[in-house]
Amino acid sequence: MLELRNVSAGYGAFQALFDVSLRVDAGEAVAVIGPNGAGKTTLLRVISKLVAASAGDILMEGRRLNDLEAHRVIDLGIAHVPENRRLFPRLTVEENLRMGAYAPAARARFAERLASAYALFPRLAERRDQPAGTMSGGEQQMCAIARGLMSGPKLLLLDEPSAGLAPVVVQRIFEVVRRIRGEGYTVLIVEQNVQQVLKVVDRAYLLEIGRIKASGPAAELGASGEIRRAYVGL
Amino acid sequence: MQVFDVFLLEAVLNGLLFGGVLALLALGLNLVFGVIDVVWICYAELIMIGMYAVYFLYAVYHVPLPIAFAAGILLVSVCGVLLHVLVIRPVLNTEPINQLLVTGGVLFFLQAAATLAFGVQFRNLGLSLPSLALGEIFLPYSRIFAALTALVAMVALYLFLKKTYLGTAIRAISQDRQIMPLMGVNPARIYVITSAIGGALAGLGACLLVLQYDVHPAIGLSFGPITFLVCVLGGLGNMIGGFVAAFIFAQFISVGGFFFHIEWGYVMAFVFFIVMMFVRPQGLLGRKQ
Repeated sequence: MLELRNVSAGYGAFQALFDVSLRVDAGEAVAVIGPNGAGKTTLLRVISKLVAASAGDILMEGRRLNDLEAHRVIDLGIAHVPENRRLFPRLTVEENLRMGAYAPAARARFAERLASAYALFPRLAERRDQPAGTMSGGEQQMCAIARGLMSGPKLLLLDEPSAGLAPVVVQRIFEVVRRIRGEGYTVLIVEQNVQQVLKVVDRAYLLEIGRIKASGPAAELGASGEIRRAYVGL
Repeated sequence: MQVFDVFLLEAVLNGLLFGGVLALLALGLNLVFGVIDVVWICYAELIMIGMYAVYFLYAVYHVPLPIAFAAGILLVSVCGVLLHVLVIRPVLNTEPINQLLVTGGVLFFLQAAATLAFGVQFRNLGLSLPSLALGEIFLPYSRIFAALTALVAMVALYLFLKKTYLGTAIRAISQDRQIMPLMGVNPARIYVITSAIGGALAGLGACLLVLQYDVHPAIGLSFGPITFLVCVLGGLGNMIGGFVAAFIFAQFISVGGFFFHIEWGYVMAFVFFIVMMFVRPQGLLGRKQ
């Protein structure tokens, strides 16, 4: 579904990604793990065109994304749930979800998707008229994921959904990721919580200082001594 | 004593009517600032363009007034878009002072251009609308019409911002512009649309003012500063705050003018403004930075 071929990218003189190649097949859940500052967030931002690739190709279902404007990416079925949730704090929960359905194709199915978002996250239904910024971190993350689903994406990009949340909430977030997979979405997730994320994905890539250092099935990567020592803390 | 009270009531009612128009003027400026983060220093000069447009169409070319109004609103709306695309967009990502300076430059340009093109004389539509008599109170219909129209326009804008996808995006972009593309929103397009709406509000303000006041090249000075003060008092970019502040200012001017002299009304309004800037520097309903 999604393929990156030898992608490099950065901000001005600072290069964040070097020659990164990765693939996500339809129906898969894939994680990109690695330490802070490895370039994980940049990787997702390159896919959604918030950051331009300086070299290499980005392909979604065979279509090259490189020259696409950022606001057109969602039309290809890619939804990006950004780092730190980035809800519109003074819009209500429901208005945030409406923004997720802004693309013309999504507007026609707003009511239907709103109902399924509230079915998936009953808490959001209770808080639909509350400003999003007044909710707890966990609720905000649910809302951010729900907003991403409102466009009816084929591929969902999740950036650090567990960051800054209490352990019990982190459990719930990964449970949500598992359920989203179950509903047939393809997921590319970036995480620092390596131990948890490897339980819910099929495959993973290890990104270090902007380069892919290792990749493979989640179970295999999780079992590798090096990764266990460095990232799982066992 | 009885007569005194009636005239005081008249002053209060006139203040309410003036407040409605002032609120409309503040709304356009607040909308643009809230969304694009740029202050249109030349906002009142856009209103001047609209007033001249309506004047020439109606009084010189004898176009029916409603059509002259529609044309005036459309023209100022286009001016708002041109201002954004030609003047503001090139300096949008530079220091904020540059944006103030360029729109300030446009202010002097428009004043000078109007003086050159139309001369310094005062012009008016030559309409004399009757007044509504409520006992001993007389309220000009032009003021009543202006206040009601302003109110309708504000309600319409509120519903647009609250109920439509585009309106929601206009509110959202001021809260987090970087992630707007992730929603499928092109920020540049939202800015152009916001500028068009801001211009249309200035154009509507022009239609309502030209019913009551003469137009001349410096007319912007009569409405520009007070519109800015209303916006700042309410909390710059806060549309509800601007609405409240407009009515407070209008009452100071109208009632203060009743007790003393109209100029004293302005002095009291500005003194109140200065005191409030010490008490609540973020504005009445502004958010703390």
